[in-house]
Amino acid sequence: MTLDQIKPGNGGTITAVRGEGALRRRLLDMGLTPKTKVLVKKTAPMGDPIELALRGYMLSIRKEDAANIEIEVTVDDTSTAGISG
Amino acid sequence: MTQALLALAGNQNSGKTTLFNVLTGSNQHVGNFPGVTVEKKVGQIKALKEAALVDLPGIYSLSPYTNEEIVTRDFILKERPQLIINIVDATNIERNLYLTLQLMELQVPMIIALNMMDEVIQSGNSIDTERLSKQLGVEIIPISAAHKQGINELIRAIKKMLKQPQAIPKPDFCTGEVHRALHAIAHIIEDHAKQNEYPLRFAATKLVEGDQVMQEALRLHEDDIHIIEEIVRSMEHALATDREAALADMRYSYIEAICKDSVCKLQETYSQQRSERIDRWLTHKYLGIPIFIGIMLTIFYITFSIVGGVLQEWLETGIEAFSEQFSLLLSNMHVSTWLHELLINGVCSGVGSVLSFLPIIVILFFFLSLLEDSGYMARVAFVMDRSLRKIGLSGRSFVPMLIGFGCSVPAIMATRTLSSERDRKMTILLTPFMSCSAKLPIYGMITAAFFPNHAAIILVSVYLLGILVAIISGFLLKKTVFQGECVPFVMELPAYRIPAAKSVILHMWDKAKDFLHRAFTVIFVASILIWFLQSFDWQLHYLNDSSQSILASIGSMLAQILAPLGFNDWRAATALISGITAKESVVSTLSVLTQGNDVMLTQTLPQIFTPLSAYSFLAFTVLYMPCIAAFAATKRELGSWREALLTAAYQTTAAYIVALLIYQIGSLFL
Repeated sequence: MTLDQIKPGNGGTITAVRGEGALRRRLLDMGLTPKTKVLVKKTAPMGDPIELALRGYMLSIRKEDAANIEIEVTVDDTSTAGISG
Repeated sequence: MTQALLALAGNQNSGKTTLFNVLTGSNQHVGNFPGVTVEKKVGQIKALKEAALVDLPGIYSLSPYTNEEIVTRDFILKERPQLIINIVDATNIERNLYLTLQLMELQVPMIIALNMMDEVIQSGNSIDTERLSKQLGVEIIPISAAHKQGINELIRAIKKMLKQPQAIPKPDFCTGEVHRALHAIAHIIEDHAKQNEYPLRFAATKLVEGDQVMQEALRLHEDDIHIIEEIVRSMEHALATDREAALADMRYSYIEAICKDSVCKLQETYSQQRSERIDRWLTHKYLGIPIFIGIMLTIFYITFSIVGGVLQEWLETGIEAFSEQFSLLLSNMHVSTWLHELLINGVCSGVGSVLSFLPIIVILFFFLSLLEDSGYMARVAFVMDRSLRKIGLSGRSFVPMLIGFGCSVPAIMATRTLSSERDRKMTILLTPFMSCSAKLPIYGMITAAFFPNHAAIILVSVYLLGILVAIISGFLLKKTVFQGECVPFVMELPAYRIPAAKSVILHMWDKAKDFLHRAFTVIFVASILIWFLQSFDWQLHYLNDSSQSILASIGSMLAQILAPLGFNDWRAATALISGITAKESVVSTLSVLTQGNDVMLTQTLPQIFTPLSAYSFLAFTVLYMPCIAAFAATKRELGSWREALLTAAYQTTAAYIVALLIYQIGSLFL
């Protein structure tokens, strides 16, 4: 599953980051590396971009870019992204 | 004693600017890094007169993809600061240390200022700074820049470090395959790195990452490049991942490991919890956009109607009174008429009309810094991103464009906060299409004379026309000039914070100074030029009647070019030229040239225009190049005369084409 398909309130563990060039490097630099736990917090009013919680902070990326991030969904795991509710 | 050079580096939203202001006071100088429009602030540390501190741009990494990152890298490698002060946000330590590890590779003495430590402790979390410091091999000073805590300790540490520089240990986060690859590559490039004065470890790491800039800078032989690529390939193969991911992963794994030992995070900090509560409203699915519009309307109302309007009036009155007194003085001194006219009608009224914008600019920037420093601007980008994406921009451009409806000058100046140069250029070009408030008198004049019963609809159509042309231009530019990969929209949503008064005031002061500087240089010269053209004929005789002036004859020539747009009249053309000094002067020039006053314009204008050509004239005034103050801001922000002139040429061409279409197509029906 890719990150853009995850519904707000759900999350999982990153297994791979695809794509290339500046975008991919940027995603990696911001901490979206394999094995990282990510939680999708919400979707922007117009449906895109999305807000993520990871490594104890909030990050916003577009859905088309989130489609590059493979994720393994963990069930009911809202406390995993370093952001406890 | 020679000045020591210090660099302040850190992530965006880490409190870097606040720390810079605390350390330097108002003793700072703003410029650009050579060759790019990345802002460079230099200041003097108050307690340490012999040291200059450079505020490097806020970045997350030292990859070679954005100007900010390249500038930071080049600055540290080429200017060789004696010391880097790396500010790290303690509430967000993992991601902040990612940059720290990369800075350490540059092998410049470093101190970590661990900011917002008060917040960490207040929230019941803790960081064992001594332990962390030992693990990293870098001195760590816990501070709170916003509350001025730990600043003396930081300055003491800086002083000590300048006296006895401590070498940075080579970070030993690399293990296994990457370690092996790094060593092998370091061995190959050792001589090249030394010759070109690059820290070996940094150069080797960058080559493992596949950094093109570094590969070229080292001037490696073909054969060496082949061998290096071979080493990297076998590393990738062994790790079953690629080079960039391998290093990012390794850095973060190392950070996780050391944070496990020294960082105890039980819960979110107070401000993180607060941010979540605030965002329930501000980025709400249905309320997010209305709230944003409400905030902007309030800002506009306060700026233009209440405070700004009043202050602007006062300033105008003041300037008028000054010109009167000055004029009296000149008469008493019996200076020649033309000099008198130059000083009063050229300089005073030209610079004066521009100066009266000052209050509006200062107040707008007060609100803009509140939006920016509080963290709300990132939410605006988040909420509005989708609407601008189709034309190749991100949500970050939304606020500057919106401000364009008030005044293009602060709007263009506000593009400074856009992180991508491409977005910045495009926003600067498109913003003047948002019809500014100074154009309202023109619309008022034309609608009163030609469309008294349809004023509202004409007004709305004019605004929509500007927006439409901006959208079409966006599409066109995306496909032509601004092709290529745009900077990805990967944006932190920082915790909301109460803006520091000092930062807000300094920001306002900076912008005011910037604007005043332009008012007395570019705008000063332009005012004199326009006055000269208006007051002399080609034989350089001083005139009382501007209908014989150089400007009028240029107007007549222009009128022929403008004929297909429906206003083949030198007076219309002349008014458009003088509109470049300030848009309101289109009205005053037309009234002077038709020998009427504002009231009589309603009767005199039909001599020049038909309703159709009047509308075409309106369309032209919405779209053609902005006033000289906005043009000067464009030049300043683009950093190049050529690009500024091209921008003005594009805007004027767009105006011509649209007005042409309106008149020609309209003529078929009417």
